Amino acid sequence: MATVLPPPSKRQRLAAESRAREEEEERNHIPDSVGPVRLRFHDHASGEATGPPVYIELKDATLQNLETLSDSIDGREFALKRIPYKLFYQPLLTENEQDGLYQSMLHSDRQSLASSTETEITIKRAPQAIFRVKAVTRCSSSISGHGSTILCMQFSPESSSRLLTGSGDATARIWDCDTGTPVTTLKGHTDWIFTVSWSPDNSMIATGSKDKTVRLWDPQGKPFGGPLTGHTKAVRNLSWEPYHAQQPGRPRLASCSQDGTVRIWDARGCRIDMVLSGHSASVTCVKWGGLGQIYTASQDKTIKVWDAAKGTLINTLQSHAHWVNHLALSTDFALRNAFRDPKFGGPKYESDRRIAAKRNFEDAARIGKKLVERLASASDDCTMYLWEPLTTTQPLGRMIGHQKVVNHVTFSPDGLYIASAGFDNHVKLWSATDGRFVRTLRGHVGAVYQCCFSADSRLLVSSSKDTTVKVWGVESGKLAEDLPGHQGEVFALDWSADGGRVASGGADKTVKLWSH
Amino acid sequence: MPQNEYIERWQKQHGRRLDYEERKRKRLARESHKQSDDAQNLRGLRAKLYQQKRHKQKIQMKKQIKANEEKNVKSSEPATDNQTPIPQYLLDRSNQTNAKALSSAIKNKRAEKTAKFSVPLPRVKGITEEEMFSVVKTSRNSNRNWKRVVTKPTFVGDSFTRRPVKYERFIRPMGLRKKVCNCTHPELGVTVQLPIIGVKKNPQNPLYTQLGVLTKGTIIEVNVSELGMVTAGGKVVWGRWAQITNNVENDGCVNAVLLV
Repeated sequence: MATVLPPPSKRQRLAAESRAREEEEERNHIPDSVGPVRLRFHDHASGEATGPPVYIELKDATLQNLETLSDSIDGREFALKRIPYKLFYQPLLTENEQDGLYQSMLHSDRQSLASSTETEITIKRAPQAIFRVKAVTRCSSSISGHGSTILCMQFSPESSSRLLTGSGDATARIWDCDTGTPVTTLKGHTDWIFTVSWSPDNSMIATGSKDKTVRLWDPQGKPFGGPLTGHTKAVRNLSWEPYHAQQPGRPRLASCSQDGTVRIWDARGCRIDMVLSGHSASVTCVKWGGLGQIYTASQDKTIKVWDAAKGTLINTLQSHAHWVNHLALSTDFALRNAFRDPKFGGPKYESDRRIAAKRNFEDAARIGKKLVERLASASDDCTMYLWEPLTTTQPLGRMIGHQKVVNHVTFSPDGLYIASAGFDNHVKLWSATDGRFVRTLRGHVGAVYQCCFSADSRLLVSSSKDTTVKVWGVESGKLAEDLPGHQGEVFALDWSADGGRVASGGADKTVKLWSH
Repeated sequence: MPQNEYIERWQKQHGRRLDYEERKRKRLARESHKQSDDAQNLRGLRAKLYQQKRHKQKIQMKKQIKANEEKNVKSSEPATDNQTPIPQYLLDRSNQTNAKALSSAIKNKRAEKTAKFSVPLPRVKGITEEEMFSVVKTSRNSNRNWKRVVTKPTFVGDSFTRRPVKYERFIRPMGLRKKVCNCTHPELGVTVQLPIIGVKKNPQNPLYTQLGVLTKGTIIEVNVSELGMVTAGGKVVWGRWAQITNNVENDGCVNAVLLV
């Protein structure tokens, strides 16, 4: 038997405590030589200075005070009009950004601060959502109905009360999420449905299937025209033309297929508009950007950028060493929301809607004075790249860190983070401005299939092969909620645009709705 | 018993008799007459045996006809591969689908009380202690020999150390110790070699459970961490029960089926 040391005596304990206290004080002590420091706020996205430099006492530079200061610089002293800002301090950015701001300021710059009061401290700030989405905590309803595995799902952009799911039983279903009941079944396909998509104005539904066709439906579930045929292999992904870019009354839809082509359909006329052929292997993902480009990713290791008006190839982005699995746009959330405003709903008439959609998109895409759309691509070579496809064909940054295939990538709605889901059981967060690694979210014990940000970008939800859905705090990097309940792998996941609900579905054939 | 293939040899050397083909044709032609004659005229035990034989033949015939009919059916829709559906991002990936099959049907079945105790091999043949143990002679002249050697394959854990010779009542020979089993997943139909963790229940005798004897029907615990199975709560399952399906002492390997 091992010898156990006796517990420390009271004297020893007291001595150890006082030593710790002294050390703590020593660390937090601000030398008298440090006077007021010079501090200036910069915009995080563009890096431009906002407002004049300010002198403050270093000991007053707590997070709360800095936030108040940044508001008062903008002339928003009135508490109700304040915008919460996320503050970044340059030397230490990755871990514990928020609570470490004051501390890191003290420690890393102590020398330089002591030597000169002329040094200007740069604090970058990024505006955050004025509303907060609560983490979903419970399964509000578990709805069965599908005869087979659920493969894809999407909430209606209009409200979180309508959910569309596609399944392996060749039907898509619309669910009423308020009551947890089925609304209609969209029957027509003859094989698995790989992708479903609501049009941005909520007036149409498109479904793409393994039976090589795309079908259009109205929101009540009635088929709209016949099947759109033309693809020679399974349809893998769909993307609607952004609302502000549509010709009035002529919305278009892009579909990509295993046969290596992307087809653009005129949704009202149910006719083919263009065929974009150029990829030599299965096209895995298509995204219709708001600046008039279509981005496609393929298993031939390339990403191609097409002109949406003429159908010509603009650029080919070749850096990946293996299949490109998924694409995400920095403006994805704005394009999905189109003309809707989280507070007021959105305008009623089409002309107003078009203006509102254009404004929303430009707000999301504006960096400094330019409109920039960034693209993140996830690949089988275990890396991701960040692109600005309109300015250069070279990637802005390479994101290395995943140990296995990266399956899914998504931008946060405020454009600060990129989240990636890999088959190595991890979700990783990256900075969306330059692709720097931020943190890893560990907790899943199986491959992570999908992830999705909440509308306020403060939470992230991920679904996995290990049958669970997990909610993560983006700032803390910690598990906010673990949501077990599915009996099989969770293939499909979506967080509604208003933040109220999360839906998930997978191999156990049930749709689960999670709410707080 | 014929020694060697002398008939075939003779035929190769000399050929068949000249009327072989004709006789064969005629015998075949008479076959139905012969059958009908037998069916009508055989009596007693012979009739009984004949009817049994005929009954079996008819079953086979009907099965054959049915199979042929199914083969001839022409369907308009193309044959769909009835795999389990997978999302589009798992297309073209081979190793993803075989990881886990957790159907709710099985779960429901397990929920029933009787099914909880149902195993693939519900009953096994008993093994006597005489067969299981051989006696080691410990004293020259008395009959009280207390030392036994286990004659069946056993599982012995890693941490086991033999007791002193004076106290060791059961000897488990090194040559008969097994550490791995070929485990079949009944749903996926895959067989993988997995390490054995322990013996949970030997249906023969509680003593054999203690000794870790591996006989047919024994429930063992195997390490399934390689299969990547998870519970409904999202935790990794690493120990799973399995039942031995073969006579280990005859085959020299342990074959088992996972209890799911």
